[in-house]
Amino acid sequence: MIGGLFIYNHKGEVLISRVYRDDIGRNAVDAFRVNVIHARQQVRSPVTNIARTSFFHVKRSNIWLAAVTKQNVNAAMVFEFLYKMCDVMTAYFGKISEENIKNNFVLIYELLDEILDFGYPQNSETGALKTFITQQGIKSQPQTKEEQSQITSQVTGQIGWRREGIKYRRNELFLDVLESVNLLMSPQGQVLSAHVSGRVVMKSYLSGMPECKFGMNDKIVIDKQGKAGASDEAGKSSGKQSIAIDDCTFHQCVRLSKFDSERSISFIPPDGEYELMRYRTTKDIILPFRVIPLVREVGRTKLEVKVVIKSNFKPSLLAQKIEVRIPTPLNTSGVQVICMKGKAKYKASENAIVWKIKRMAGMKESQISAEIELLPTNDKKKWARPPISMNFEVPFAPSGLKVRYLKVFESKLNYSDHDVIKWVRYIGRSGIYETRC
Amino acid sequence: ETNKLYCTSVKCCIFELKAELNSDKKEKKKEAVKKVIASMTVGKDVSALFPDVVNCMQTDNLELKKLVYLYLMNYAKSQPDMAIMAVNTFVKDCEDPNPLIRALAVRTMGCIRVDKITEYLCEPLRKCLKDEDPYVRKTAAVCVAKLHDINAQLVEDQGFLDTLKDLISDSNPMVVANAVAALSEISESHPNCNLLDLNPQSINKLLTALNECTEWGQIFILDCLANYTPRDDRESQSICERVTPRLSHANSAVVLSAVKVLMKFMEMLPKDLDYYGTLLKKLAPPLVTLLSAEPELQYVALRNINLIVQKRPEILKHEMKVFFVKYNDPIYVKLEKLDIMIRLASQANIAQVLAELKEYATEVDVDFVRKAVRAIGRCAIKVEQSAERCVSTLLDLIQTKVNYVVQEAIVVIKDIFRKYPNKYESVIATLCENLDSLDEPEARAAMIWIVGEYAERIDNADELLESFLEGFHDESTQVTTQQNTQVLHKHTQNTPDSDNPDLRDRGYIYWRLLSTDPVAAKEVVLAEKPLISEETDLIEPTLLEELICHIGSLASVYHKPPNAFVEGSRGVQHKRLPARTASGESAESPDAGQSVGGVSDAPPAVIPSQGDLLGDLLNLDLAPPSASVPVVPASMQMGVDLLGGGLDSLIAVGLAGGTGGMPAGLGGTPAMGGGLGDLFDLGGGVGMATGSYVPPKAVWLPAMKAKGLEISGTFARRGGGIHMDLSLTNNAMSIMTDFAIQFNRNSFGLAPAGPLQVLTPLAQNQTIDVSLPLNTNGPIMKMEPLNNLQVAVKNNIDVFYFSCQYPISLLFVEDGKMDRQVFLATWKDIPSENETQYQIKDFHLNSDAASTKLQGSNVFTVAKRTVDAQDLLYQSIKLTNGIWALAELRIQSITPNYMTRLRTRASLSLSASLWVQFAMLYDCGFLEGLDHFVVFP
Repeated sequence: MIGGLFIYNHKGEVLISRVYRDDIGRNAVDAFRVNVIHARQQVRSPVTNIARTSFFHVKRSNIWLAAVTKQNVNAAMVFEFLYKMCDVMTAYFGKISEENIKNNFVLIYELLDEILDFGYPQNSETGALKTFITQQGIKSQPQTKEEQSQITSQVTGQIGWRREGIKYRRNELFLDVLESVNLLMSPQGQVLSAHVSGRVVMKSYLSGMPECKFGMNDKIVIDKQGKAGASDEAGKSSGKQSIAIDDCTFHQCVRLSKFDSERSISFIPPDGEYELMRYRTTKDIILPFRVIPLVREVGRTKLEVKVVIKSNFKPSLLAQKIEVRIPTPLNTSGVQVICMKGKAKYKASENAIVWKIKRMAGMKESQISAEIELLPTNDKKKWARPPISMNFEVPFAPSGLKVRYLKVFESKLNYSDHDVIKWVRYIGRSGIYETRC
Repeated sequence: ETNKLYCTSVKCCIFELKAELNSDKKEKKKEAVKKVIASMTVGKDVSALFPDVVNCMQTDNLELKKLVYLYLMNYAKSQPDMAIMAVNTFVKDCEDPNPLIRALAVRTMGCIRVDKITEYLCEPLRKCLKDEDPYVRKTAAVCVAKLHDINAQLVEDQGFLDTLKDLISDSNPMVVANAVAALSEISESHPNCNLLDLNPQSINKLLTALNECTEWGQIFILDCLANYTPRDDRESQSICERVTPRLSHANSAVVLSAVKVLMKFMEMLPKDLDYYGTLLKKLAPPLVTLLSAEPELQYVALRNINLIVQKRPEILKHEMKVFFVKYNDPIYVKLEKLDIMIRLASQANIAQVLAELKEYATEVDVDFVRKAVRAIGRCAIKVEQSAERCVSTLLDLIQTKVNYVVQEAIVVIKDIFRKYPNKYESVIATLCENLDSLDEPEARAAMIWIVGEYAERIDNADELLESFLEGFHDESTQVTTQQNTQVLHKHTQNTPDSDNPDLRDRGYIYWRLLSTDPVAAKEVVLAEKPLISEETDLIEPTLLEELICHIGSLASVYHKPPNAFVEGSRGVQHKRLPARTASGESAESPDAGQSVGGVSDAPPAVIPSQGDLLGDLLNLDLAPPSASVPVVPASMQMGVDLLGGGLDSLIAVGLAGGTGGMPAGLGGTPAMGGGLGDLFDLGGGVGMATGSYVPPKAVWLPAMKAKGLEISGTFARRGGGIHMDLSLTNNAMSIMTDFAIQFNRNSFGLAPAGPLQVLTPLAQNQTIDVSLPLNTNGPIMKMEPLNNLQVAVKNNIDVFYFSCQYPISLLFVEDGKMDRQVFLATWKDIPSENETQYQIKDFHLNSDAASTKLQGSNVFTVAKRTVDAQDLLYQSIKLTNGIWALAELRIQSITPNYMTRLRTRASLSLSASLWVQFAMLYDCGFLEGLDHFVVFP
């Protein structure tokens, strides 16, 4: 198991050092500094073995977190733990910076004592931890017996991510479907690869211990219902809008065995914001933009580039933060750009023409043309023509995912599903969205 | 302001701190302790403050208490006497009404490694293990592991292990998970006693807790489950069914641990089972999803996928695209993805893969670009249809003139030439243009090889080679051995004068060869080059199996068994995949269970990825698998000396072979070529073959049945040929003449290569020995048993029929030594159903002797490694009909038992015959061997 955990600043000075195992000595702290932080070369692996001691590290801004061990630990677990540790610290004091760490070092030691015992990760849900570890130090001593047992049963319990007795005057929940759409397209407009990786992020402000059920237009579920339902017509019509999900993963609050057997997503949510699920789709993706490049070499010293972008969604919707990045050869000496919409600039330092458009409605098109002057070179090497990339944000889910319902049941308190105010928002963003030219 | 806590100079502070610690004001005290902890963090020695800090321990301020505990954990060991002062407080705290404080006390106490404190810990710990509050119990469970680490005996004496076992049935899932974690760790240092006592009932409890506990707890439980071996395929399937939902967990470690359990238990499922297919399909999506995790986890996932792809390529064969490298991936992710891309490359996706690789070859990172270029070469070798496109891509890359790209390209082109000889020589001119830019040994070696190999097509080959000779003294061994060979290759007779004795001797050997027997020299230097294997960097099968059992762990990241990087007793236990056991035959054969699950071992190192160039070229094993030369009888010592010195006449080698007392292998071979082949085959121990196995002559045809003619005989393999040695005795009253022989159709097409030569008439009571050469060109018909041969002998009196059985080893051919890498690939390729296992008892040869002995019968040792007290021999056999059989022979030096695994694509009946043969070759009784005959279907 994890033998020790160190936090360093960018200079390699140790800010936190907690040793859990006898086989890890003080010299381990220095070994990591010398061999990794102060190493002249770029880090070639997040796992380093120095003198039969293994170091796992992650970096957050300029802070290094390193877990140390001499055993054959579960490596995936160590990294998951380090990420979790970062999440917990962020939830307590915001950004992970040298100053914040120094200001909260007592808190961090307390947390490390609680969430890692003899190197074994223990409950690390902020919701639970905050019931007895606070920034002001441990909660004031005189807790009632009930309070104490409530804390311990939450920390060890089946629903470790939520405490009892939460009360809101207004029961409200927000669902964000956040998707990033990735594309690699050939110059001829052929899709080489495309996939959507999506997340459903939930903010829940619900009283008590609500039981939730989340439903979306998952093809498997819809098809099943279509079969079960008497009318074939209904099945077909709804089947059209369903999407095939390649794979999904869930927050630990979701009952996985129920998903496995019935494909229903039921859970008791943590309080506040968390990521309910992640998913990936590759079929029938709506590609919000199509990029049509045209590059012509005029002699040896000139390039003519024309790029057309077409928006491919409902005219009533607006895409935002559109940016098209057209790479230019290294020997570019000057660029003249004309664009119909937005602003375009040649950025010599980035070897690219950057074309920005604030907003664009669906089913529209726009165009940019540029003349690129080239310096004559002896370099025989042909310009590799990197792909044209695009960034944007659209108010729908390119995968076609729709939230069908999120039902809330709380039997003990007197509010029902109807009383809960629910908000759903869809945001599609470009991931790596490239067209070769 | 708190930044001051991290202040650097100590000496001035110690006094101040002392004063503050003893202050009456609570706040001041607390601040002082904080400062102490801060100093401790940055590595300052504040142990002098021990008594003052411990004085602050008795407080109801929990925050202060925790800080003091932290200090104690750090310094108690250096101040054991004073640490005792804290005991009372601990003991008292363990009785506190607040469960958080009870847990804190027991947690901290376990971290103080002072014997006197440990004594006091036992009673509180016993209480805490049975505490009403689950939070205290889960903390106490871990504390048992802590105490065990300090004093294992104490834990056993106090009966804590039993209490810990009881906690597996606890109502609280987190208590269960921690108890499992603690027991798993403790059992690692007690490999023999079955601490966890996993049985269907306890497994059921764990599976129930799995649904309810935290993500970390799920990992502990899954990792523990992976150590269980289900009784049969049904149990295996039911566990798999309950584990699969974990594949949807957001925590990658939970997913990977679940994958581990499934990969392991799948081994037990019959492949024709529907569920087997379902499970295979279920594994792909979660593995792909792991690639959208943070880069560090992606790295762990990719290292594991690399193993999974080698073990079960079918899982991810359609997922090539997800391994395409993204521009912003960290370099370690890029390199791993590239590795997997090569493994998944096939005819179906090769176009896409090549397009990608070409893009990568223009990137910035040198290592990555090199690997991409190398990958293009691998594609050419793996997918023949793509070879032409790969070569032209490589030529394009050479045109870029980027130095390291050019050198890498030349290295891979050499491999392509070897794989497809006489196909792409048109590019040699382009390669020669780049001669000057080659400054890396491997590239130079490759270029020299190309120049030498295609010398007749290159006008100025002599000049080119000579230009390489100029820098002879500065070159690395790789280049010089290559030069040496190639210079000889060109028959230019200037013996290089080198300081490297190894090289010099080889030079002399060649030189002498050249001067004494140019034909033999040609055979050695221009020996046929073994095929290039298609797969790269394949992990040895046994190691791969072990690593599959370690999915998710550091071992899977390093691709090394735990004992390669873990000290002490922990992790030394080797893990093996379970063998398939059908529910019907569950635990009936304890012997079988023992030989499969119980025998555990693994080679410590991976066979090097790059085959030794020269070794491949000359079929010499430059790094003999066994480092130590086995004890050699005096008469053989001379032969070894000869090899070492390499200065004496080569002819003497033949004599040495003779004096070694092995007539069949060397002495019986008049041709120089064969002897040299043996001479250079240093790989198999001492290089002296002991001669093939020859069964004693048996009476095949008694005189009673053949009107006075008695025939006895045996079979032998000599000088690469098969011989039937017959003794014909005339017990009749008249002279016998006109002998002839014929064979019935048989399994391997054995037929007489010539007429039976009995030149003089056979007089009364006369015996004549005849050796009949055989070939395998006769008609084929499967016989029962496989090695049965029906013979007809005619003489002037009548025609007589008899049948006899030849040893299968008769059919083992001389070129049956497989290239290591080909061996690896083939071993992997042969489905495990074709594997048979066999235990040989009471076998008294050591591995070197066995290897030498077996080599005499053309059972070749491809590689040997030694792990713990066991020797592993990897052996290959080639039959006359081209069938290969591969074997792994495991020899325990302590007990005289051998364990053999044999894989062949051929039928089971062949395996069975091979086994019988093995039993004989291994020098143990045929029937005794059969007694312990274990064949897994």
